[in-house]
Amino acid sequence: MSISHAPPDPVSDIPGISKSDDSAEPVEGPGAATRSAEPEPVPASEPELVPIVPASTRRARVPRWLRRTSGPLALLALWQVLSSTGTLSADILASPGTIAGVGRDLLADGSLTSAMGVSLQRVAVGMLLGTLVGTSLALVAGLFRVGEDLVDASVQMLRTVPFVGLIPLFIIWFGIGEAPKVAIITLGVSFPLYLNVYAGIRGVDSQLIEAGESLGLSRWGLVRHVILPGALPGAMTGLRYSLGIAWLALVFAEQINADSGIGFLMVQARDFLRTDVIVVCLIVYAFLGLIADFIVRTLERLLLQWRPTFTGR
Amino acid sequence: MATDVHRPVTTASPTTQAASAVRVEGLTRAFDGRAVIDRLDLDVRPGEFVALLGRSGCGKSTLLRILAGLDRDIEGTVLVPRRKAVAFQAPRLMPWKRVWRNVLLGLPGSPERGLAERALEEVGLKHRTNAWPKTLSGGEAQRASLARALVREPDLLLLDEPFGALDALTRIKAQRLVDELWQRRGCAVLLVTHDVEEAVLLADRVLVMDAGVIAYETEIDLDRPRGISDPRFGELRAELLRRLGVDADDGSAETAAAA
Repeated sequence: MSISHAPPDPVSDIPGISKSDDSAEPVEGPGAATRSAEPEPVPASEPELVPIVPASTRRARVPRWLRRTSGPLALLALWQVLSSTGTLSADILASPGTIAGVGRDLLADGSLTSAMGVSLQRVAVGMLLGTLVGTSLALVAGLFRVGEDLVDASVQMLRTVPFVGLIPLFIIWFGIGEAPKVAIITLGVSFPLYLNVYAGIRGVDSQLIEAGESLGLSRWGLVRHVILPGALPGAMTGLRYSLGIAWLALVFAEQINADSGIGFLMVQARDFLRTDVIVVCLIVYAFLGLIADFIVRTLERLLLQWRPTFTGR
Repeated sequence: MATDVHRPVTTASPTTQAASAVRVEGLTRAFDGRAVIDRLDLDVRPGEFVALLGRSGCGKSTLLRILAGLDRDIEGTVLVPRRKAVAFQAPRLMPWKRVWRNVLLGLPGSPERGLAERALEEVGLKHRTNAWPKTLSGGEAQRASLARALVREPDLLLLDEPFGALDALTRIKAQRLVDELWQRRGCAVLLVTHDVEEAVLLADRVLVMDAGVIAYETEIDLDRPRGISDPRFGELRAELLRRLGVDADDGSAETAAAA
């Protein structure tokens, strides 16, 4: 051990690495104070010093919310420029200005708000049911070995079936009302939640479980105080995936056999070649997705503040 | 199978048999047919501080886990107090609970925060009551773990190399803290350790485990507080090292010494 800390050999024969600091310092000591800012040829034995810049001066002055919005705004500006110069014709994609106007009109006559209400309700009900189904299955499979044997294989098999392909079957089963749309969203939401909650439960540190046991926690106490909080980061990841899939499933469900909702508005617009209305609907989808993401982010910030993980620089 | 309930030793029992905080008779624990603990007997008196030494892999941690009730694939008789607590080598605090909630975790009923605060004050950690475990230093986390063990008012405190991961200075402080707490609480302590000096410094009795049994034991009758400058300290240390298969003079390992 001590050998690695031994002082370098003063008569080292390796060129460039040269003499030890001890012998060099007394010679240069007096000159150090009077040395001016101008660079002087540094003796090879002295390493070049680089200042460590404090994090506070390196941090950007721009607030984070502004940085986060700058990307979308730049895209918007590019789009407007392309439209005004005529590169992007109005038949293919209407300009942002036109679309804002159309959006205002759609809001004013109430068709957009009612469509949003219907779509939001479908997503909410589908998410709720999917969360219930996915989480309960994950709990059964994650907490009990019997549950794992009974549930996991079936779920792993079913999750590879593309849920969008089930729409025709669901229409035959549930008719053309709300039921098949909610069912598709429920199905799409359940699997990512199941997978992540299950993985979260199985990823809980066994040392902590043992510590919980040694503290006299009951079986339910272990689940409540150790396993579920430990599975929470995984559950949050699952929730994010699920929300993304929920919107995707909504678009599919509403474009087939619907008479209300944002998807229906889009199908209608397609029939009348109204690209502006289609784009308004897409933007609405994007904003709803953004809001959902914001909700999950807030949840994560509140529920996972204990996590000692990397948070980015 | 292990009985988790302490058998009260009444006056009716033979007079030669004093009350004990731990009684182990003919304990065997095998992993895949290989007996790590082989018909082991052990008695610990109430309030006694026992250190358990042994080479790596000799089964001393397994014995502690059995006494803690964490390993029940055993044969033989194991009697331990109902109120027992463990402090592990890693603090094993739940990262999602603030320090005081960690201290109260697993206590029956709904204990109030003041109870945790008093336990934390005892280990000098009152100012970190509301902290997240991720913000604690290694020594602080270990003290929180100790507070979590003590708040249970155990009759038997099991310490599994609790100072192993601490730096040298923090370890000295933590050893003193354990010494103080033991003298104040008067509970029986079983300390599993690698460190011979630590064992001689703290324990009433030092056991050396080898080949699945207690191969050697010695009473440490030095006056407290103990110092390593005491010549008898050196003698005890040298003897224990020899029993562990390390010759104190030249540091070479002798495999047969502890047998």
